[in-house]
Amino acid sequence: MSDVGLARLQFGTMTIYHFLFVPITIGMAFMIAILETRYWKTRRAEDRKVLDFFGRLFLINFAVGVVTGILQEFQFGMNWSNYSRFVGDVFGAPLAVEALAAFFLESTFIGIWIFGWDRLSPRLHAWSMWLVAIGTSLSAFWILTANSFMQEPVGYKLIKGRAAMTNFFALLGNPQLWVEFPHVEAAALTTGGFFVAAISAHFIRTRQKYRDWFMPAATIGLLVSAVGSILVVIMGHDQAQHLIFAQPMKMAASEALWYNSGLHASWSIVSFFNPVTRHTWFSIRIPYMLSILAYNRLTGQVRGISTLQHLYAHRYGPGYYVPPVMVTYWSFRFMILIGTVMAVVAVWGLWLARSHRLAGSPRFLKLMTWSILFPSLANIAGWVMTEVGRQPWIVFGLQKTVNGVSPTVPIYEVAITFITFSLLYLIMGIIEVGLVLKFVRLGPEASEEHLDPSEDGIFQPH
Amino acid sequence: MSLPAIWFVLIAVLFVGYFVLEGFDYGVGMLVPLLGRTDQERRAIIATIGPVWDANEVWLITAGGALFAAFPNWYATLFSGFYLGLALLLAALIVRGVALEFRSKGARPEWRTRWDAMIFIGSAIPPIVWGLAMGNLLHGVPINQHMDYVGNFLTLLNPYAIVGALATLLLFLLHGALYLDLKAPEELARRAHKVAYKSGRLATLMYFAFVVMSYFYAHFVHKLGVDPGPIPVLAGLSIIAVRFLLPGRHREWAFFATSLTIVLSTISVFLALFPHVMISTLNPRWSLTIYNAASNPYSLRVMTIIAVTVLPFVLAYQAWTYWVFRKRVSFKDTWHY
Repeated sequence: MSDVGLARLQFGTMTIYHFLFVPITIGMAFMIAILETRYWKTRRAEDRKVLDFFGRLFLINFAVGVVTGILQEFQFGMNWSNYSRFVGDVFGAPLAVEALAAFFLESTFIGIWIFGWDRLSPRLHAWSMWLVAIGTSLSAFWILTANSFMQEPVGYKLIKGRAAMTNFFALLGNPQLWVEFPHVEAAALTTGGFFVAAISAHFIRTRQKYRDWFMPAATIGLLVSAVGSILVVIMGHDQAQHLIFAQPMKMAASEALWYNSGLHASWSIVSFFNPVTRHTWFSIRIPYMLSILAYNRLTGQVRGISTLQHLYAHRYGPGYYVPPVMVTYWSFRFMILIGTVMAVVAVWGLWLARSHRLAGSPRFLKLMTWSILFPSLANIAGWVMTEVGRQPWIVFGLQKTVNGVSPTVPIYEVAITFITFSLLYLIMGIIEVGLVLKFVRLGPEASEEHLDPSEDGIFQPH
Repeated sequence: MSLPAIWFVLIAVLFVGYFVLEGFDYGVGMLVPLLGRTDQERRAIIATIGPVWDANEVWLITAGGALFAAFPNWYATLFSGFYLGLALLLAALIVRGVALEFRSKGARPEWRTRWDAMIFIGSAIPPIVWGLAMGNLLHGVPINQHMDYVGNFLTLLNPYAIVGALATLLLFLLHGALYLDLKAPEELARRAHKVAYKSGRLATLMYFAFVVMSYFYAHFVHKLGVDPGPIPVLAGLSIIAVRFLLPGRHREWAFFATSLTIVLSTISVFLALFPHVMISTLNPRWSLTIYNAASNPYSLRVMTIIAVTVLPFVLAYQAWTYWVFRKRVSFKDTWHY
């Protein structure tokens, strides 16, 4: 494998892994904040137990999200030093602001929240979780400001072959940011909502005793994920329409649209094609749908890959500008499919809950429990689509990915770190899932007794 | 002061914050299995840093982000150059973070001892890596005309840097022991006090070995950045002072002394480098300075405004955390970890 290939594999693996935990953290932080605010109103013992239960799961997840985030801050410099030199003037700023304005906020107040139960007033304690939630969302905002620059560079000019920031507010007003951030934020809220709803559904279905304990959490979770998943769809639609103008090649690749569409463009639900010969041999299509998706009307041509390749070669010089179509097309389809299923499950569940039929629908509850996996799958598919679809660019139109890598880092060192971190992440992932399952099994009444070490072994009771 | 100079100072401030705050976190982490005989004791030790360690670590993340924004070339050369060293540091921080969170989530003694070992390793590696980095930054490293590091990992393992690594390790161990002296339950504090005596002697010795070696190895001997005046002398005096403050009744003064050593030593390193940030041993003209490594004035100005606006709030709420958790940890507390 080439050094660029390996560096990309490493970045992709580490970032996808990190992003498994981030939306759960953002969404769960809001869920915990809501549950705590509610608890201080009801002051019922079982509400506190449910809150503590979800708090435990949240913290296990939070820890993995935080530690994998440390790597993110430094790996640009490690594997992508030429990229860092080229873009640091613009890209570094939102990263630094993220650390200063968001990371400090969340990490300080998470410490206060964990240890401050009997040192703070209820209001202040609940506020500390709200601040954690705000911190995680601010973090998403700033990192997406940086990512949006890679998708759609704005507010810069080239000085001596390097991007230099000329307008900070242009970065903040980047149109890409304002379709990307709401989409991701809504997805994160949905992820948190599903997480709480799914686990609550498990208890409602399997543990008679906890049925009433978990009903409020299930309803709140479903409400958040219903609203969230509908917003995700709407914002996703906005983003796709923006893409047609900002990164038409990405859109064409996500549609496997080899040649310009007709005036009434149809949309393929599934399509099997050979990316080398560009031959599509089977396709199920909805007439007019692509025109509607692209322009909100029945007519409208969408440019195809061949046309855009000519156009890009003309604009950016000779080269091959087509991203991997197979990956882009299928990750896009996968995201849409799962996103739709999520919206249906959430709205249906909310309707059942409102009409007090949720507890009596064991099969739906089982579906709800399994749907804990859906948001994470859709989140990852979305990122794969947008990042793979941006190729061959690392910064769209300005720098190609091959020119971004560190020129003097030997490939064996990249291989060493890739293998080390992958193994580390794998082990950590297994332990984390094991812990989540263990605490779910122990249920909301797990207490210190379940965790105290036995008297044999090296630990003696004090 | 020019904008790059302001950012050089701000980066120094972030590293000072990181070393002082995480310095005792690392020391405490190393002392978890060394000092804690029972599970209760180990939990008590972890509880002393429980509410604050995560935020302390953000000083490093922010320093990383600030380097990227203000000195992209410094960020790029440093982290692609010290590649395996940095990877080791990151792996240690990852392991340490989950170990602190996970160790008390299982009841089996083996589960906990294993994580405690991870806390130890994860706390010992960062000071070693930073010590190595300091030594190499002061000495200079092979950097070519394109600002790219052309040595390998073994280049970084020279005697001077290794002494720097040991000095940092011992200094942080001492710093952590003195922190426990203030924050741990009395019985543990007494033991930490003894550790401080023993490790203090070694730490002081190593610290001065590094200082002496600097006269032979460090770049600044030939070309001093900014005359640091009495700052390094005060740094040396304050670590010696620990020995005399330890028997006294005011333990906080000993902790204050190691804090001062760390602050002043970090400042000395930055002053010795200024205006260089990475020194090339191949050709002095290929060195990175705050001028050729910096972002453009507009970017620096924006960042300055943001930093000056946000940093006071950060300092305020972080200080408030220390105030909320000012009390000595007691065995009667309930702990999260």
